[in-house]
Amino acid sequence: MKFSDETEARLQRLMASCPPGNKRSALVPMLLFIQDEVGAITPEVIQEVCSRLEVSPLEVEEVVSYYSMLRRKPAGRYHLQICTNISCMLVGGAELFEHACRKLGIGHQGVTEDGLFSLEEVECIGACCWGPALQVNYDYYHNVTPEAFDRLIEQLRRNHSGRSEP
Amino acid sequence: MLHPEPHPAEVLVLTRRFRLPNSASIETYLATQGYEAFRKALTMAPEDIIEEVKKSNLRGRGGAGFPTGLKWSFVPRQSPKPKYIVANADEGEPGTCKDRLLMQYDPHALLEGMLIAARAVGASAGYIYIRGEYRYLIEILDRAIEEARQHGFLGRNILGSGMDFEIYTHSGAGSYECGEETALLESLEGKRGVPRLRPPFPATSGAFGCPTVLNNVETFCAVPPIILHGGLAFANLGTPKNGGTRLFAISGHVNRPGVYELPMGFNLLRMIHEVAGGVRGGRKLKAVIPGGSSCPVLRAEECDLPMDFDSVARAGSMLGSGGVIVMDETTCMVRAAARILRFYAHESCGFCTPCREGTRWLSQILSRFHRGEGRREDIDLIAEIARNMLGRTFCPLGDAAAMPALSYVQKFREEFEAHLEGKPCPYEEVAVHA
Ligand SMILES: Cc1cc2nc3c(=O)[nH]c(=O)nc-3n(C[C@H](O)[C@H](O)[C@H](O)COP(=O)(O)O)c2cc1C
Ligand code: SF4
Ligand code: FES
Repeated sequence: MKFSDETEARLQRLMASCPPGNKRSALVPMLLFIQDEVGAITPEVIQEVCSRLEVSPLEVEEVVSYYSMLRRKPAGRYHLQICTNISCMLVGGAELFEHACRKLGIGHQGVTEDGLFSLEEVECIGACCWGPALQVNYDYYHNVTPEAFDRLIEQLRRNHSGRSEP
Repeated sequence: MLHPEPHPAEVLVLTRRFRLPNSASIETYLATQGYEAFRKALTMAPEDIIEEVKKSNLRGRGGAGFPTGLKWSFVPRQSPKPKYIVANADEGEPGTCKDRLLMQYDPHALLEGMLIAARAVGASAGYIYIRGEYRYLIEILDRAIEEARQHGFLGRNILGSGMDFEIYTHSGAGSYECGEETALLESLEGKRGVPRLRPPFPATSGAFGCPTVLNNVETFCAVPPIILHGGLAFANLGTPKNGGTRLFAISGHVNRPGVYELPMGFNLLRMIHEVAGGVRGGRKLKAVIPGGSSCPVLRAEECDLPMDFDSVARAGSMLGSGGVIVMDETTCMVRAAARILRFYAHESCGFCTPCREGTRWLSQILSRFHRGEGRREDIDLIAEIARNMLGRTFCPLGDAAAMPALSYVQKFREEFEAHLEGKPCPYEEVAVHA
């Protein structure tokens, strides 16, 4: 597989960080970095990783099924991850998640029909003092009220249509 | 994420650079005594570095509070194998968000702490194992590593000392269990995060089967000030056997949630009422989890206590990762317990039966309770399942789930009884699926 220069450089740095004879050490981050570009861990990705790291497909499958950020199917363009764990729960995280479900018409791990948004209820993301918290892909949003959530969705929609105009 | 000004009660040691312009840059770091502790460490005998850390009474900030100097002393001096330094930046304990700030605002402090550890034990490479969600911090750390290399603090023959050392970031991909030190090492080696049998401990057989120092991010960040100003100065900031300051993340029902650096032994009630601005809306305090979700909950009347490892243990809970979760009188304790146990059931790696089954049962029974379908005998069943898990699981995650579960039914039995016989949750009109 061919990746962008940026991803390829990242993968090279990663492999250089493994001690001699321990190529497999790169496996978890490599899968995540490739997923960020490709969108999901596809059979081609597994094959690619196997040949780069000299591991068996089974060993990769085991790892893919273990880590919650690795997925077989692509998420939406904007993957919304809302924390409902205890600190966020105390300040309205669960209600925010339910609001998001209604607003987008999808549930946990759902993707909107246009592929623009996907939703996931996640465990603590390290933003406990600034809840309710969510991540859009890797970007953090703190103290998110339902109104702020609606504004965020509109803004992401606008960004997207702005981008796809010729 | 930072309040514009620190609270007057704060003692700024690890966070002293946080509010400087470009605090993450090496220029700011160097202008504020950055890498001076490492330069000093290069002139010290390795044993003396460890001795200084022992004197500081620094105890691990990842949760267990193990004395850091003692841990370093377990690494064999002579070893035919290479040695490694691993920073635990997995920060997954609910209620904990302080390592994130350290890496965002002062990444060089982490690098310098790891360098000093490397000098003390003779390590040749270091890994920062960081949770996958913290991608932006990987960029910040990689930049800091590059800066440090350009300034000659990393690489070969560092500052002409003959010491070689490299630091790499290594991303996780979503797993709380990978914060457990041996599961982390498995993940670092490209495997599922299933823990290893201990002993051997990482100090003798860690990363790639080699002697390894593994510490929390905040633990490493405390090392430069200890070396620079002496272990005793750090020790004196805290209470006996609990040296220094600690970053407390105060979340939940307070007026000013945030991460505050306070001396070890700071009173918990003062933390809530003074530092964090008191309970939101002038409501009454009901309960506090003192150190992240795996710690037993404290009732409000138990909270007049000094926050150090030993005092909180005497009060029947744990200082853990310093995540102080505050709950006011409107909180449904059944819902809180159900949400926390749902987390542990989700994160159990499934390797051993008491944890895999126990966390699932506890989660199911607690959710059932919160839906108003609890039976009287379930209250005792929760306690019984939790007791049967304690001490019988392969790694501490089992205890981390059982201890809080037990504490909620023991300390808030009346709230469980209020949910019996189809009664709706007294705290909400609609029971939110917990
Ligand atoms: C289930 C589980 C999760 C843990 N998660 C973390 C974590 O996210 N960060 C951390 O530093 N320590 C975590 N720990 C504690 C580590 O196992 C280890 O004790 C610690 O990183 C050692 O560093 P310290 O001595 O500096 O505290 C966890 C432990 C368990 C049992
Ligand atoms: S206690 Fe839980 S997390 Fe630890 S090994 Fe057993 S199943 Fe896995
Ligand atoms: S509990 Fe939501 S970010 Fe930690």
